[in-house]
Amino acid sequence: MTSHRYDAIVIGGGHNGLVNAAYLARAGKKVVVLERRHLVGGAAVTEEIYPGFKYSVFSYVVSLLRPEIIRDLDLPRHGLEILPLESTVTPMFDGNYIAGWADHDLTRREIYRHSPRDADAYDEYGHMMHHMAMAVKPILAMVPPDPTSLAPSDLKGMLSFAGLFRSLPTRQFHQLYKLMTMSAGDYLDEWFETDVLKATKSASGIIGTFMGPRTPGSAYVLLHHYMGEIDGAFRAWGFAKGGTGAISKAIASAAREAGAEIRLNASVAQVIVKNGRATGVAMANGDEFHAPVVVTSLDPKRSFLQLIERKELPAEFVRDIERYKIRGSSGKVNLSLSELPEFTCMPGNGPHHRGAFSISPTMEYVENAYDDAKYGDFSKKPYMDIVIPSMIDPGMAPPGKHVMSIFVQYAPSNITGGWNDEKREAFGDAVIDAVTRFAPNFRASILHRQVLTPADIESITGLTDGNIFQGELALHQLFFLRPAPGWARFRAPLKGLYQCGSATHPGGGIMGAGGRLAALEILKDVPR
Amino acid sequence: MLIARSSSVSHIMAHRSKSDMPNHRLKPTPFHDRTARLMLGQSWRRWAGFTVASSYDLSHEREYYAIRNSAALFDVSPLYKYHVTGRDAARLLDRVVTRDVARAKVGQVLYTTWCDGDGKVIDDGTVSRLDDTTYRLTAADPNYRWLGDNARQLDVHIEDVSERIAALALQGPTSRTILELATESSLEALKYFRLVNTSIRGTPVTITRTGYTGDLGYEIWMDAALAIPVWDRLIECGTSYGITPAGMLALDMARVEAGLLLIEVDYYSSRHALIEQQKSSPLELSLDWTLSLDKPQFNGRTAIRAEHARGAAWKFVGVEVDWTSLQSLYANVGLAPRLPTQAWRTSVPLYQAAGGRQIGYATSGTWSPLLKRYLTLAHVEAKYSAPGTTLEIEMTVEHRRKRALATVNALPFYNPARKRA
Ligand SMILES: Cc1cc2nc3c(=O)[nH]c(=O)nc-3n(C[C@H](O)[C@H](O)[C@H](O)COP(=O)(O)OP(=O)(O)OC[C@H]3O[C@@H](n4cnc5c(N)ncnc54)[C@H](O)[C@@H]3O)c2cc1C
Repeated sequence: MTSHRYDAIVIGGGHNGLVNAAYLARAGKKVVVLERRHLVGGAAVTEEIYPGFKYSVFSYVVSLLRPEIIRDLDLPRHGLEILPLESTVTPMFDGNYIAGWADHDLTRREIYRHSPRDADAYDEYGHMMHHMAMAVKPILAMVPPDPTSLAPSDLKGMLSFAGLFRSLPTRQFHQLYKLMTMSAGDYLDEWFETDVLKATKSASGIIGTFMGPRTPGSAYVLLHHYMGEIDGAFRAWGFAKGGTGAISKAIASAAREAGAEIRLNASVAQVIVKNGRATGVAMANGDEFHAPVVVTSLDPKRSFLQLIERKELPAEFVRDIERYKIRGSSGKVNLSLSELPEFTCMPGNGPHHRGAFSISPTMEYVENAYDDAKYGDFSKKPYMDIVIPSMIDPGMAPPGKHVMSIFVQYAPSNITGGWNDEKREAFGDAVIDAVTRFAPNFRASILHRQVLTPADIESITGLTDGNIFQGELALHQLFFLRPAPGWARFRAPLKGLYQCGSATHPGGGIMGAGGRLAALEILKDVPR
Repeated sequence: MLIARSSSVSHIMAHRSKSDMPNHRLKPTPFHDRTARLMLGQSWRRWAGFTVASSYDLSHEREYYAIRNSAALFDVSPLYKYHVTGRDAARLLDRVVTRDVARAKVGQVLYTTWCDGDGKVIDDGTVSRLDDTTYRLTAADPNYRWLGDNARQLDVHIEDVSERIAALALQGPTSRTILELATESSLEALKYFRLVNTSIRGTPVTITRTGYTGDLGYEIWMDAALAIPVWDRLIECGTSYGITPAGMLALDMARVEAGLLLIEVDYYSSRHALIEQQKSSPLELSLDWTLSLDKPQFNGRTAIRAEHARGAAWKFVGVEVDWTSLQSLYANVGLAPRLPTQAWRTSVPLYQAAGGRQIGYATSGTWSPLLKRYLTLAHVEAKYSAPGTTLEIEMTVEHRRKRALATVNALPFYNPARKRA
């Protein structure tokens, strides 16, 4: 058994753990990141599962990565290059389609083809969402105050929180209130009449959640996904050159340059607690690391229910964490293709292959997909968000061949009877059937397939139940409630222990905000 | 309420079968076949999703002079156009626009703005009364949904005819002669802001005596499918009278001389503004004359009446850059004055005289080759809006920001008698 001494230990080398370590190291702290797997990135990794074909195994597009992190850590110098994803095409059952293109005039013309009224509404909707995102954005960069605390900093925080909302014109406040309470479907009904347009938009309101487009609260996620658009380029989603793992690699490189140590194949078994204080971690192989600061980037269930003995934590806190909703609802299918899919609605190869395809032909289709999951099965006809990374970065596949990334909903973690090999393959078949319905050459073009159920996601990344956001982005677990009432400020009811993963405010996705804000809080507590 | 799917929708559908690859080009106008042949420098620009000419020649100079000297022919088909018909057509438009539509006679055209509930301008355009119960609204921005939203409980039919109706503007001193030859009829009786229905080489056309140049001029409205013969006929009849197809660069200079404002340049639609300060009321745009404040009800009426009573805080005026002052700024660095060769569309600060604080900003400007004056259109605080007021304008002279003297002018800068004669 060896023992090591540091200023701070970061458990987990996902992008948030790496961001956290980079900021601490830049402040002169001696930091070590302990990552269980043989590579950094967590849910943001690129792996060459089949020779020559590189998969963004889990997370596949990026828009929410905080620009201040890109600047502070000088990530472009460390290899980060985010390329635009230019379009979304939704094939319809009757051979028609609806598309959103990077060019405003083209998008307007396309929507006009379906409804002149919606073409006008689309601009106004975008305008309203801009206002909403502007209103909510400052909250993303803010440490959430504790509403029950009377500490001056918390009171001030609550006031500026309230001030943000008070500063909104009444009409916009009403819209924000609706976004916070309504279902994506109902909210979109107030704006649009074209079903396929609503289906595609509302799909972005259900990503990563265990909600259907008609579930109240799903409208907020529409906004969460809009957030990336208001910083700099007005382009929602981008694709990292080299796949999503390239983002993690760039952050790791910046962290190392700042002096952080990153240890791979290093699985933490337990947080060492002495006299009510976290003092280090014990590894699966028996090694120990000691530091006055221990930061966990894992989801709260894993951090607090597995790595820490219950007796070290207040009972009501443990109860809150047990109640924290973390159901997984998504699966992922990664494919190697011999040729591009030819969609019936848009034959041939074209610019649409550089963008996303949304399999959301009708509202009913998406809602039915949810119904399957609600009753414990995977969606027989799932909603899918499809991209072809090799069309954007040719280095992702051998020349002339392609890789495809399919994000699938719903694949419930609590599927009746549990997941097994047979169900995984049946799920993969359902996905391929559903795409082939719109692109007849698709099935025959598949060279390799990797099907990932929530159970697989959990076993590889450690995300409990495979929930992509380390806990649902539902209103009752956002802001000062994330992850548990009273413990939203990156601390934990154990001195020296901090949290920095997606389960902390402001939430999931490749954002890095948790990692950064936690580091700033830690540096307030620890003298420089 | 009835809202018909515009026939232009089926028109597009017919041209693009469901399974076609999407066409990623900008739309050609109905005259593209003719305009493309004239284009020498591939200087196209986009307007409302269509391709239109910036200039046909390598320089827009000849096109500009045609507006003032002979006749310039502009393809203005990209304008948004709506037909409003039915028993309540006038009632709908009177709810929306600030002018008094019910009082317009058949054959009359009104220039008007329309506002949101807070009395801030959404858009500006024209309303033509085509017959007892049919009106055509032209607009710079899409307004189909807005009209529909205002039409609740009214017996009215709204049709987006933007793509179905092609439009040309023939502007300049010889425009009347050319049109008389083309229509084989006299236009002597067609007064300013009136319309007449006639035909050109078999194509039925509506001719309005309107335009965006402040000169004698007409706009010709016709079915897009029958548009080409009209173009050809105009060129045929106009060649001996100096007819010159012209692009947006020439138009932009003429409209500044005419003091005509441009949406998204001189003002932001309240629909696009991101903050309150970006919005303007009709009074702040000095469009007081377009307000029928006694109409019983229209969008923004309460707010506009209140603002009218207390006086607008801002005014939209002409501001001329003082030549002597500009010349001396350049002389100080050993240069002759450098003048813009095109109209500009940036925001330029205006100050009180004698190095005072900023009291406004110019949003468009051009050197007027005809008037030999440097003209700008500007927003100024109301108390600096009287013609003759001396101000200062920021001018960048050899990379350094300087202030030149400038004078507030009544608009339009250029107003030839033939415009209304
Ligand atoms: C299938 C899928 C698709 C997604 N798609 C997108 C997308 O397109 N865009 C987007 O923005 N977001 C997406 N997300 C969400 C996003 O990827 C995550 O929210 C984010 O990557 C989480 O980062 P993190 O650093 O907080 O946690 P994680 O990435 O989960 O990092 C935790 C790390 O801790 C390690 N670890 C676990 N247990 C231990 C232990 N005991 N000891 C040591 N190390 C341990 C893990 O191996 C992992 O590397 C997706 C997620 C999934 C699963």
